[in-house]
Amino acid sequence: MDLAPTSAPAHGPASAPPGDLAIWFFILAELLAFGVFFAAYAFARARNVALFDSMQLTLDRQAGALNTVLLISGSACVARAVEAVGRARSATGARWLLAGIACGGGFLVVKGFEYADKFGAGINLSTNTFYMFYLSLTFFHFMHVILGMVILVALWFKTRQGAYGPADMNGIESGAAYWHMVDLVWIVLFPLVYVMR
Amino acid sequence: MNARHLNTVWVVLLLATLATFAIGEAGDLLGITGPVAMLLLLSISIIKGRLVVLDFMGLRGVKFFWRSLLIGWLLLVSALIAVAYWIALK
Repeated sequence: MDLAPTSAPAHGPASAPPGDLAIWFFILAELLAFGVFFAAYAFARARNVALFDSMQLTLDRQAGALNTVLLISGSACVARAVEAVGRARSATGARWLLAGIACGGGFLVVKGFEYADKFGAGINLSTNTFYMFYLSLTFFHFMHVILGMVILVALWFKTRQGAYGPADMNGIESGAAYWHMVDLVWIVLFPLVYVMR
Repeated sequence: MNARHLNTVWVVLLLATLATFAIGEAGDLLGITGPVAMLLLLSISIIKGRLVVLDFMGLRGVKFFWRSLLIGWLLLVSALIAVAYWIALK
């Protein structure tokens, strides 16, 4: 009998990231779009420093920080969900996904209050260059949070049904990767728009 | 990635967020303003983003190529923000 190992070594870096390869191309395209948006904001500020610095003071920094905490916590919950499903604990995984959805919902509520406050003060896209960037950049991100939550709800339904497990992690890992991307983008957006001056 | 490690990453991310918020709220009192604050804020973002990429997205054990794409994005965006900030100072 030939006992020589025929497969590749078990250790060493995995060749592909977790989840479906297609989601990673999608994530990279999204990051590219946000990257261009961030650079455009930063260079627009360079031409209008006084305006951007004075307008930044009209933002609710506490709301921005609270939303950072919500997205980071939502991301942590979804990472725990993936970890639980990887140990064949679907019920636990579903509960973590629900917690992640709650964090995303909290983000939308806080951002909704921020928007209501600004629109109530008569601010819109044409108010000035700062608000054109603030509203379009944060709304672009807001739409991604909504899409991320739709994905999480779909994952929650399927996880409750036991559709994922240690042998089939592709779907939940792909959805989770998208949700973490939404968090990653906000980690750059918050200091750039709310704090840096 | 085990649960305890994920919890640790979550706490580090929360503390880093607190640091970013503190620079915004009390940067003047702490003497952290201008370019120093900008560099500190970008450094905190890079640390946070790197943790999200490696531990939440699960790229820690994946080939350098994939990690370099995401962390490279973080570094490139941060560099562009720093350059724009430097131009604004002139």
